[in-house]
Amino acid sequence: MNKLDFEKPVLELEAKIAELRKIGNGVDIAGEITRMESKADRLRKQIYSRLTPQQKVLVARHADRPRFCDYVQHMIEDFTPLAGDRNFAEDHALPGGLGRFRGRSCVILGQEKGSDTASRVKHNFGMARPEGYRKAQRLMRMAEHFSLPVVTLVDTAGAYPGVGAEERGQAEAIAKSIETCLQIKTPLVSVVIGEGGSGGAIAIAAADRVFMLEHAIYSVISPEGCASILWRSGAHAEEAAAAQKLTAQDLYALGIIDRIIAEPSGGAHRDKKATIKNVATQIERALDELSRQDGGALLQKRHQKFLNMGRAA
Amino acid sequence: MNWLTNFIRPKIRSLVEHQKDVPENLWTKCPACEGMLFQRDLTENLNVCSHCGHHMKIGVTDRLALLFDGGRYETLSVPKVPHDPLKFKDRKKYADRLKEARAKTGREDAIIVGKGTIGGAPVVIAAFDFAFMGGSMGTAVGEGVVTAAESAVKEGAALIVVPASGGARMQEGALSLMQMPRTIVAVEMVKAARLPYIVLLTDPTTGGVSASFAMIGDIHIAEPGCMIGFAGKRVIQETIREELPEGFQTAEYCRDHGMIDIVAHRKQLHETLARILGLLFDKKKTTEKVTPASGASVQNGRSKNGNGKGASSATKARAQKNVRMKARVRKAKMTIKSAANDPASAAPKPRKSSTKR
Repeated sequence: MNKLDFEKPVLELEAKIAELRKIGNGVDIAGEITRMESKADRLRKQIYSRLTPQQKVLVARHADRPRFCDYVQHMIEDFTPLAGDRNFAEDHALPGGLGRFRGRSCVILGQEKGSDTASRVKHNFGMARPEGYRKAQRLMRMAEHFSLPVVTLVDTAGAYPGVGAEERGQAEAIAKSIETCLQIKTPLVSVVIGEGGSGGAIAIAAADRVFMLEHAIYSVISPEGCASILWRSGAHAEEAAAAQKLTAQDLYALGIIDRIIAEPSGGAHRDKKATIKNVATQIERALDELSRQDGGALLQKRHQKFLNMGRAA
Repeated sequence: MNWLTNFIRPKIRSLVEHQKDVPENLWTKCPACEGMLFQRDLTENLNVCSHCGHHMKIGVTDRLALLFDGGRYETLSVPKVPHDPLKFKDRKKYADRLKEARAKTGREDAIIVGKGTIGGAPVVIAAFDFAFMGGSMGTAVGEGVVTAAESAVKEGAALIVVPASGGARMQEGALSLMQMPRTIVAVEMVKAARLPYIVLLTDPTTGGVSASFAMIGDIHIAEPGCMIGFAGKRVIQETIREELPEGFQTAEYCRDHGMIDIVAHRKQLHETLARILGLLFDKKKTTEKVTPASGASVQNGRSKNGNGKGASSATKARAQKNVRMKARVRKAKMTIKSAANDPASAAPKPRKSSTKR
């Protein structure tokens, strides 16, 4: 279990409860345990209702947070992964494919960070190369071709910065991926499930509806990167996290995202299934609403939405 | 104290710095070959080193004058957007950084939009001002690109965007990130109207700017040696921990890897654009053959790259061309109007969106 510093009081309490359970089977101890459990619950709620932006950064990057593959496993039936950009390679950082979401066929894609060392390396820590973004374009075009809605799950520190990625046109791949989001005439719903890192995130998130999990973050640059440029020292990451307004709550207030999806008490990593269920419920609602609209009108509204970003309300 | 530090000191500094900029520096050292250049010659040579051909930065108004026919253009006003939406503060307040940049450049933000003609063809140019906070793209710059695109569609003109930008403006957080899809929507309007969209990449074009409108042009032209890429060199080096290849992320490197159509000397930009726009706007030319000559703004040009033939110097021919061009523009406008009235058309109506502001 990966521990966060500010969770310590709760974790200590939980350790005590576990210990008590081990020792006794007496009736008086059972009472004590329930008392302590409710105390731990209260404490957890309290901590998670007052997370600072920097703490949210840590929660959003938590190693045990549900990942793309978890979502696919729990909310998509008949998932059929599709590979390759038909030009150069298959990018495991950005898996995607066809599947059935609550009865309807759809295309689902997103970044996968991996959940242990081997899978993290395989998925390149969720940092996609141009191939990934070109595959995303291919899958979105296919969705439009077959009139299927598209669901994207965003969870990346950013697009991969490497020589090969630059050589093969990382900038162009991202730009075209955004453009494709803004061209397809079928419903497009994006959920930032963890980290929404800069261009690598927006590449698949110029959507009709953009949701964020309660403790997810979404920013133009990582707090560390921002601090090292503007403060000239990575040590100021905490200040940068606060200044950047990168929490779901901030972005909702700025009108950049459409909805905040609640996480279970103690964060998504405490209860993956409940988190995924909450996300699925909101995606279903959005798709129900969006699929009633004509494709042209849908696209025009999507354009207008992004055209107004930053304008005075 | 506040009044002294916030108002008097920058004022004095800006006065002093301006004086330093203008007449005193008779000689400039080329940052590439370290050759000494007489300032007047350098200016005449459009800030290109006469020894090694290194393209130094050029002011944004000089840039527009260089591109438009006869250096003439009309500046379009860009609607104001709320500045400092996040109340951002690092070591310095963003509001103060904006104030300083405005005092230094005399511009509202890092973009200007001009309307005019190139080779007689109607053109709207949105050019970045690198001197304004590194040409970074925030909501005001996004608004500039949108304004330019809307104007191009309205006038039936080509859209040319000239980025000179390190990327998104961090001080506007995710709102600056949102300028990536926003500027792409703007470009989509121009594309839906089937008008040419040309990107002229200058030093530098990186980050969120290169990963949005700058890489989806019909045609990409770049100045020699300029830096074009997505991630910064330092970030890449820290990630891969090895030496970067020679010439990495230069215009020529990007052309060789398929991202840029043409790398053109600054002196050839006008005629290159004029030729391309002529081909795209004037699809069935039947009359006089255009005689090759150097571009209007070019004097004593040693056109080394030699791919530029075309722009006419005969004023008579140009006048005739202008008349034809105007007729074509009228025609183009009509077709665009009818396209806008078509409900199936994907292009958002420019009129409607401009009243929404």
